Amino acid sequence: MPTQTPTYNYDIVRYFTLATCFWGLVGMLAGVFIALQMAFPSLNIEPYLTFGRLRPLHTSGVVFAFGGNALFATSYYVVQRTCRARLWNDGLSWFTFWGYQLFIVLAAFGYVTGVTQAKEYAEPEWYADIWLTLVWLAYLGVYMMTVVKRKEPHLYVANWFFLAFIITVAVLHIGNNLSLPVDWRYAKSYSVPSGVQSAMIQWWYGHNAVGFFLTAGFLGMMYYFIPKRAERPVYSYRLSIIHFWSLIFIYIWAGPHHLHYTALPDWAQTLGMAFSIMLWMPSWGGMINGMMTLSGAWHKLRNDPVLQFMIVSLAFYGMSTFEGPLMSIRAVNALSHYTDWTIGHVHSAALGWVGFITFGCLYYLVPKLWNREELYSLKLVRIHLWIATLGIVLYIVAMWVSGIMQGLMWRSYNELGFLNYSFVETVAAMHPYYITRALGGILYLSGAIIMCYNFYRTIKGDVAPNEFDKDGNPRQAINTRHNDKVVPVNTAQV
Amino acid sequence: MSEDNINKDMDKVSGVETTGHEWDGLKELNNPLPRWWVWVFLVSCIWGVWYMIAYPAWPVAGGATKGTSGYTQFKELTQSQSEIIARQAVYLESFEGTDFNTIMNDSALYAFAYAGGKAAFKDNCATCHGSGAEGSKGYPNLNDDDWLWGGTVGDIYTTLQHGIRVEGNYDTRLSQMPAFGKDEILNREEINQTIDYVLALHNASATENMAGHTIFQNNCASCHGANGKGLREFGAPNLADAIWLYGGNRADIYESIFNARSGMMPAWKNRLDENTIRQLSVYVHELGGGEASVADANAKAVRPLLEE
Repeated sequence: MPTQTPTYNYDIVRYFTLATCFWGLVGMLAGVFIALQMAFPSLNIEPYLTFGRLRPLHTSGVVFAFGGNALFATSYYVVQRTCRARLWNDGLSWFTFWGYQLFIVLAAFGYVTGVTQAKEYAEPEWYADIWLTLVWLAYLGVYMMTVVKRKEPHLYVANWFFLAFIITVAVLHIGNNLSLPVDWRYAKSYSVPSGVQSAMIQWWYGHNAVGFFLTAGFLGMMYYFIPKRAERPVYSYRLSIIHFWSLIFIYIWAGPHHLHYTALPDWAQTLGMAFSIMLWMPSWGGMINGMMTLSGAWHKLRNDPVLQFMIVSLAFYGMSTFEGPLMSIRAVNALSHYTDWTIGHVHSAALGWVGFITFGCLYYLVPKLWNREELYSLKLVRIHLWIATLGIVLYIVAMWVSGIMQGLMWRSYNELGFLNYSFVETVAAMHPYYITRALGGILYLSGAIIMCYNFYRTIKGDVAPNEFDKDGNPRQAINTRHNDKVVPVNTAQV
Repeated sequence: MSEDNINKDMDKVSGVETTGHEWDGLKELNNPLPRWWVWVFLVSCIWGVWYMIAYPAWPVAGGATKGTSGYTQFKELTQSQSEIIARQAVYLESFEGTDFNTIMNDSALYAFAYAGGKAAFKDNCATCHGSGAEGSKGYPNLNDDDWLWGGTVGDIYTTLQHGIRVEGNYDTRLSQMPAFGKDEILNREEINQTIDYVLALHNASATENMAGHTIFQNNCASCHGANGKGLREFGAPNLADAIWLYGGNRADIYESIFNARSGMMPAWKNRLDENTIRQLSVYVHELGGGEASVADANAKAVRPLLEE
């Protein structure tokens, strides 16, 4: 039935994939640099390369530039293939690509030149925010229309997650960036809400940027690429429904736990904490569904480092989504808040979950997109996996130790009722852990560089010597797809 | 397999039926929810509801529900602070208003003052003087025996209260070294000769034959003393010892003479409470090994201050 054989838009997926790699390196490099600045403050080079300006460059670089491009790439790939429809409207699709890259550059340029709204993860000023709104609405339009024009009767679970991510991020972005420019010719603006209301809206945004950008969106990736790579059906349809709806319903209320023991009224803090605890199982639903998808196929993990990446990512996901509710408990938060523990928590999720699931998906995607049978080298993937895992372990263990130590030092009183440590002494005590953290970051970045090299050779069509495929069989030296099971580029078999 | 499921797919590996849908080769098994998952979810929801009953949780007209536990974060704060306040209260009562003489001779009070001063020092003074009070260029080391404005506990107390060169404070420690080069009091050659002399004072090799001797006596001795040993009345440093506040190489000394130096320290009187300042005085006094203390003649200097 030739009429039912759509020509997919893979070019845009390729562009987003390459952009993911590029921004990933930029964002992680910025991360390593600011980690070194924490250990060695003399690395702050005024005015453009200070910690204050590079920190948002790092966070936006890895979350929105690396993570965002990965979400664009995978969502555009998944929606086409699971809806059996070409991405709607080529012009608008390409607008989302170039428009999003322009947003990243606008934001980054603002950061280093000192233009900021001073809202965490929402630093870009009004002009960049308006531009992103346009791009994001175009994204929603392209995605929605592709879903509407689908040739499958049902909507695959990955698409629910991608849609929840796109819609909610639009709402969050607009809600948290309501501000009045001082003058349309100037970059500066003032937030419409002020005081504790502004703080609450900021953390409603900030927490759900984690929930819908870094969780729901990446769960969408997980739901397609893990079953694909494992060649197994998703474990439980019912679990996917229940955990999807409970996740998106509960997540949106948990933001106030970022403002424990502040001017935020007690009642709002209580709600934030209670919903955070209830969020534990809905979060774990995704991990269970992903891991159990391998039931009956656990042996595939043995030889396939790409699948290993995906499963390890779920392990980190499970760990972080347990740690999160734990840290939202008032008594725990009293110790952990404002310490490096928070940084460690974020990075176990960001490096372990978001990073690893993205690496896994990219490793799956690149050979498919460039019409290669397999990657240049699965050995390099394995090396990447171990270097990156070691990096994460160094990072989060250092931050756990330093964070808890910091919290305990801050609250330490002697028997006469005086503080035992001054703030600067707690800073000095962090030094060895900051060095360890930077080392972890360097390892993680090295892994990403190895990945990019692997992609470069894969796209060139090379095969590393003495390579085995994901099932453990020796590989031929020619790296093109030849069997019928895989779909040729730009055509999809029905 | 029942008749209704006949057109549904059966997964051969797990023996579980699928939902019958397929997307791009992907299927979904129709496994039930894991039982433990359901239970933990339910328990956490029940716990959540209980927590929202026990604690302030729901916005209502005129505020929010109070919660059955009576919790507020202010209560929690008061509770945790009261523990600290209780620890301090043991000593604070006898410390308050007691003169330095008594404090220095009462080991319990002295230990209390020292501990309080140590904590306050780290939070307020360490920024300039260093967390070990080691000082740095322009900020005196408080561990040595070089006291610019006096090293008795009373002197230190006065310096802490009113600061050094604090504008608008009439009791502040005040003096102004002339900018000998900038204001063209001395020319370059004379300044260099003075540096030679100052360095000689430092090495204990100064002689009256040196060219700088006369210059020093005419310009510097009024504050730093004829022998260069400094005068506390003006906070003028001792130039004949091994300690350099602003550096002891030629360039540093040239800068000091050419542009003059006038370091300042804030007055803490309205920033810290009286008890804390007194604790700091005892701590700093102890750091420098202390100078002939209140026990002797210096007590005279302390008393009037305490009566303020």
